[in-house]
Amino acid sequence: MAERRLVLLALALLIVSAGFMAWKLRAPFGFILELRGIKLAALICVGAATGAATVLFQTVAMNRLLTPGIVGFDALFVLFQTLLVATIGGSGVARIPGVVQFAVEASMLMVAAAGLFGVLLRRDAADVTRMILTGVILGVLLRGLAEMVQRLLDPSEFTVVQQAMFASFGAVDPGQLGASFVVLACVLALSWRMAPALDVAALGRGTARGLGLDHDRVVIAAMLMVAALVSVSTALVGPVTFLGLLAASLARQLVDTHRHAVLIPAAAGIGATILVAGQFVFERLFSSQSALAVVVEFFGGLLFLALVLGKARA
Amino acid sequence: MIEVRSLTYRVGDADILKGVDLELPEGGITALIGPNGAGKSTLLHSIAGLNRPAAGTVRIGTLDPFAASGPARARTVALLQQTPVAVSRLRVRELVAFGRWPHHRGRVTSRDEDIVDEALAAFALTDLAGRQVETLSGGQRQRAFIAMTWAQDTPWMLLDEPLNALDPRHARDLMARLHRLSRETGRSVVIVLHDINAAAGWSDRIVAMKDGRVFAHDTSTALLRPDTLAAVFDTPFDVLEHKGRPVVVAR
Amino acid sequence: MARVVFAAVLAGLILVSLGLGAASLAEDGAWLLMVSRFPRTAAALLAGAGLALAGVVVQQAVQNRLVEPSLTGTPEAAMLGMLAVTLIAPGLSVAGKMLVAAASALAGMAGFLALAERVPRQDPMLLPIVGLIYGAILGAVATWAAWYTDLMQYLGIWRLGEFSGVMQGRYEWLWVVAGLAVLLYAVADRITILGLGEAQARSLGLDFRQTRGLGLVIVSVLTALVLVTVGAFPFVGLVAPNLVSRWRGDNLRANLPLIAGLGGTLVLAADVIGRLVGHPFEIPAATVFAVFGAGVFLWLLHAAPGRSHG
Repeated sequence: MAERRLVLLALALLIVSAGFMAWKLRAPFGFILELRGIKLAALICVGAATGAATVLFQTVAMNRLLTPGIVGFDALFVLFQTLLVATIGGSGVARIPGVVQFAVEASMLMVAAAGLFGVLLRRDAADVTRMILTGVILGVLLRGLAEMVQRLLDPSEFTVVQQAMFASFGAVDPGQLGASFVVLACVLALSWRMAPALDVAALGRGTARGLGLDHDRVVIAAMLMVAALVSVSTALVGPVTFLGLLAASLARQLVDTHRHAVLIPAAAGIGATILVAGQFVFERLFSSQSALAVVVEFFGGLLFLALVLGKARA
Repeated sequence: MIEVRSLTYRVGDADILKGVDLELPEGGITALIGPNGAGKSTLLHSIAGLNRPAAGTVRIGTLDPFAASGPARARTVALLQQTPVAVSRLRVRELVAFGRWPHHRGRVTSRDEDIVDEALAAFALTDLAGRQVETLSGGQRQRAFIAMTWAQDTPWMLLDEPLNALDPRHARDLMARLHRLSRETGRSVVIVLHDINAAAGWSDRIVAMKDGRVFAHDTSTALLRPDTLAAVFDTPFDVLEHKGRPVVVAR
Repeated sequence: MARVVFAAVLAGLILVSLGLGAASLAEDGAWLLMVSRFPRTAAALLAGAGLALAGVVVQQAVQNRLVEPSLTGTPEAAMLGMLAVTLIAPGLSVAGKMLVAAASALAGMAGFLALAERVPRQDPMLLPIVGLIYGAILGAVATWAAWYTDLMQYLGIWRLGEFSGVMQGRYEWLWVVAGLAVLLYAVADRITILGLGEAQARSLGLDFRQTRGLGLVIVSVLTALVLVTVGAFPFVGLVAPNLVSRWRGDNLRANLPLIAGLGGTLVLAADVIGRLVGHPFEIPAATVFAVFGAGVFLWLLHAAPGRSHG
């Protein structure tokens, strides 16, 4: 049954995508289709990466309220972007091919995130709320640090970084997009192979270890995958905080299973559908561009509160 | 047989276990009693291979739980922790099925399904199999987790305070069930208990711990004597007899 | 001894702050001091003191040490109010604008209080997270409204607290903070009792709801004042009261001056550091403080005795 819903979800994504591409299509067809195609690919890539990353993160963090965005994964990525500009200069960064730059930043994030959050998750495994709060504050700290380093930059170089900071699907580098899809596909395939282990990990560190799972290794592996996915979405369009929460929660509702083999694709599909549908509505019907991220933030936040208060009643 | 030799476990500067020596023969129920902080739970985790000790060895039959692979260990010894929680929303059957994971590692066979059905039946969960775990009462949830541990189908089963938060009826029901299942299947159960009378009523052996050491280890009737208990818990007890079994009353 | 050190640090900071700037004090020194340097220094001290006091009051009111004004949606609500005024009645006097900002801050605070009563109590760390998200939702509304009405740059100014624009004639409203501080001092004992919880407060004969209402009005006014004049400063209200409480315990009447003083000192220090580090550019004091404040908060969180497992 869960698998059938997955198929329905894929159909929905297909329909929204077709609508996105074909709505009020005018000449020159080739040019507009290419433009829309790139944007569509970016939306799908970011939505899928964010949704999948959130489910992975929630499983190893043992918490359905957290997202990589809330604990500052994306802030860490922006910090590395900023540090890169600070060390080799804006013009130096511009000279590196986009793919190489992405690879450097993504691998830095993977090392740092696996270290930082891997240690955090292990050390504070017993006290979950403290861990969440630590993560949230760490997010603030990392954002502050990134901003501080930016302020130390030359104003002209500052604009280079700032362009990368705001979620915008307008200007996407096709080369980077290709690389992003490769990373996304690899991580999704890996997560599918790891799915049974992730199912066990979701029982909690103690029970999972009792069942013979090398829990620490799963946590580190999941953190590396989350870092890769966050790198993909942040490098493409900048931070989107609550999209993942929205996608992961809706996925759990929709497929109603604990099995990650279904859950992760579902969250990826829902993330992509939300973004494509949202962008379609805002761009084509309201002809406004940047409001999407804000609206996702708004509804994601409301959903979060509903989750907390719903839990309180139960 | 479980053999523990001079096992020492340290957290920071504090020695939680101070050279524990213990031999547990196979079969029956062994109760682990002792005051808070005596190291019962830590000893249980060490036997299950989850707490790496600073010194000493553990053998379960021929298996060294610290050297064995995770799945091999989890096919020999199953541990139920205190108040386990899961992030996933699980149905009872799905939860119990996780007990088979060390055996199938993701590729479920029909034999696994059969064992899960048996475990559900053994703990009277068949009717609840489709319910979400989070909607169960405390007693039912505890039974579901124990059924998962049971489905692991290990010669040794370690339970850390499974009677916590159970009312007298459910506590008795669970102990009686474990007693019967252990007799029927020949599997050995080690169980941490705070209720000394539950230990007195249902266990074959009692290990009394104090200050990170094994203070006494004997059959239930031999161990439950006022002087021993007073020394273990630093508080006076009377031991009465009721229907051939000792009953312990705090004085 | 500690007090002497504290006073010396504060005096040193004030001197540095007065002496620091693009223009030299050699020419027109007195004029420069009066028009720019002194207002800037005073504004930092007052804003810091105000936020620290707001922090301690809100912590007592919801009996949670990990909460502070920026974790209650209050600044975002004040921003929404200011946006509305700028759109509907741009000609309103400054006093009128302040009033609207304070009123909407109060509305935001009331919303937080309604949420707080529904959040399970046994877990003290849940409430700050809820407050954070609540603030993010209000912030999203504000961003959306500002974006639709082309007022994004206003929002940017309010979001990031800094003192580079402070001059004579532009910060005097902050002196209201001093007045409110005196008022708080007068009702300090009641606020302390508030922190014991509703049942305990009632049994001591305190009108819990009225006192809490008064406290939260003060918090809203303080937050709105600071936000409108110099921008938002997250964490000040969290760090200053918690540091004082660790150092001296929880007797508010004795601690209020210290909390206010520490808040002012920390914000002034952040401003001075922000002016020194990136010279000749300035790093906003709020950014410096976010890094420092988050660091202190993490330390508080982990230095606190953890729950042990047996």
